[in-house]
Amino acid sequence: MKTAFLNAELVCPKSGVSRGDLLVEGDTIAAIGSFEIPSDAQRIELGGKTLAPALVDLGVFAVDKAACQAGGIARVGLMPDQSPVLDDPGIVRRAALSGKPVLWVHPIAAATRALEGQDLAEMAINASAGARAVATGRGWIASSGMMRKVLVYARDCDLTVVAHAEDGGLTDGTVATEGETATRLGLPAAPAIAEALAIARDLMLAEETGARLHFRQVTTAAGFDLIRAAKRRGVAVTCGITPAHLLLSDIATSDFRTYAHLSPPLRDESDRQAALAAVRDGTIDVIASGHDPRGPEAKRLPFTDSQPGMSGAGTLLALSLGLVRDGLIPIERLFALLAANPARILGLETGTLGVGMPADLVVLDPGAPWQIDAVRMAGRAGNTPFDRLPVQGKVLGLYKGGAPIG
Amino acid sequence: MHASDHSPAAQLPGRAAFPHRHLTGIAGLQPHEIIFLLDEAEQWVEVNRTRAKSDKRLEGITQINAFFENSTRTLLSFEIAGKRLGADVVNMQVGQSSVKKGETLLDTAATLNAMRSDVIVIRHGSSGAVALIADKVDCPVLNAGDGWHEHPTQALLDALTIRRRRGSVAGQRVVICGDILHSRVARSNMLALTALAAEVRVVAPSTLMPAAIERMYVTPFTDFDAALEGADVVMMLRVQNERMSGGYIPSTREFHMRYGLTPERLSRAAPDALVMHPGPMNRGVEIDSSVADDPERSAITEQVEMGVAVRMACLDVLTRASRGVEGWA
Repeated sequence: MKTAFLNAELVCPKSGVSRGDLLVEGDTIAAIGSFEIPSDAQRIELGGKTLAPALVDLGVFAVDKAACQAGGIARVGLMPDQSPVLDDPGIVRRAALSGKPVLWVHPIAAATRALEGQDLAEMAINASAGARAVATGRGWIASSGMMRKVLVYARDCDLTVVAHAEDGGLTDGTVATEGETATRLGLPAAPAIAEALAIARDLMLAEETGARLHFRQVTTAAGFDLIRAAKRRGVAVTCGITPAHLLLSDIATSDFRTYAHLSPPLRDESDRQAALAAVRDGTIDVIASGHDPRGPEAKRLPFTDSQPGMSGAGTLLALSLGLVRDGLIPIERLFALLAANPARILGLETGTLGVGMPADLVVLDPGAPWQIDAVRMAGRAGNTPFDRLPVQGKVLGLYKGGAPIG
Repeated sequence: MHASDHSPAAQLPGRAAFPHRHLTGIAGLQPHEIIFLLDEAEQWVEVNRTRAKSDKRLEGITQINAFFENSTRTLLSFEIAGKRLGADVVNMQVGQSSVKKGETLLDTAATLNAMRSDVIVIRHGSSGAVALIADKVDCPVLNAGDGWHEHPTQALLDALTIRRRRGSVAGQRVVICGDILHSRVARSNMLALTALAAEVRVVAPSTLMPAAIERMYVTPFTDFDAALEGADVVMMLRVQNERMSGGYIPSTREFHMRYGLTPERLSRAAPDALVMHPGPMNRGVEIDSSVADDPERSAITEQVEMGVAVRMACLDVLTRASRGVEGWA
């Protein structure tokens, strides 16, 4: 089976933006640019539309095929916070198969048994069952001794540790970031420094142990400063963020809007600006959806009783494209954040338009306008804080291993 | 009386004087709307002091007091207020019924709505719970306290007490002392008193002081003595037992040493300063009995009296549209 995509704007995180064609043979990319199109190839005329690597969404909490398809996501790194927890090879293997045939699910196994932060999980066995990394899950490991063991053991297994950066001693029982909004609403809140405290400890441990550490979400100026400095020292650290933390501040929780109840909570405007600066200067490596769909039974509650989380897979690309339109980053850098870097962290050979790479591709019209509509969103639960927001950037086609999805 | 505290609202016709469907908080109210409610309450103070207290204007109206959190005095105050206006008052101690069987708050709201109540008074332990219910029911909703968020009728009764005793709220230096962080009374009072142009100082140990409090146009203090200088009103808050002993403050006696209102401490305030407390009091902790019981200084029982008048006013005003009162439909 051969497919030729013709007359595309090719966007590759590695080689940049060019105009040309792309040939898929079987499930891999066979040629790029100008080449002779085989007579037996199916020809798809793109008329100048964008062809880019399909998105790799690092750290989702649910296998939501419809939302991923709508958002141009071909692979997800699945967080271990499932029921049951991904801490056993059988469960990991089942999770790895759960997206087939339309979505590659790459389990991120629990770093500790049941995510309780007490005992090491069987990282090597879980890796052999398909886990691509290990994570502390939604929570922080309180014991520094345990976190150090997680890091050294994961290093031995050649696995990245995906960490949640919030000091639980400060955030326990809270639902917001300390500041004017939380004070006015009377919400239990933790200081933003809870994030930097957790990052500082884990960075020191990673530096000392030489382990690879990825902070799934960093959202504060102090946190970015620590990561920036650590990267300069050569620490093997990476970090991510979600569009919500780039585009919204804690003001979005006014009127007790539970759709804006996230973990970590939305920060103040100065931290949001610091996040945008960190995207621009390369401190942030990954933009992920943080896809954590919650039904009305978890959201239609008083703010303090509601569960944190948002549906994000379907809007990840459109919201992120705004960064390109605003001139913050070029489009090839955006696809590094959305595809190449998360793939690298998970140890996956994908995320670029290289010959021999898997043909995980997305066709998009970056200028096509649409409106986010919580009621009509594809996939599970329409709990998005971006309801009714007009956006630009529509997925026209998604290919996984050369095969069209949807 | 201070001119700015009275009258402008009275000149607005009907609904324009108070255009809100619910009273979920002081936030969102204009100063003239607060003054309107205080002026309305003022009439009920006089009525309540006569022997014939009853008024039948809410006859045929069903008032449900849905209290998801324990309360004695607020519940009683709303019950008396409703009954004095002739309403059929039903008290629901929701905390002990359906919620324990797993019913969600919105299910309870739907149930209340289906019972065709004319006004619902709600107390709930979670901030924002009252606003959530208000969105889902067809009748006016009155917030009787939600979590750490707001307790608007308490702020109104406090403002009314201050206005009556001091002649005006505007220009008064009001010191609010105690657990500011967890206090809905403090939040609503900060909003109401600053809206009425009082100078508000809040006092608490830093462990009980919310972040960015100065953005609510109040001045934070950790030193009670410094805050008391020249105070016209000293409003003490109850320190809840669960905040004691190592959690937020080391001990009751240490709290009393730093933040207890004693006669000596009160001497730093203006000679005729008013002492207030929303109750129930921890005597010997946040306030000495000799201060609490001083008839010259303490307005604590008067606050309770004003509470009934304010709640009568709120119930009356919020049901005017449904009762077809001229200019309010």
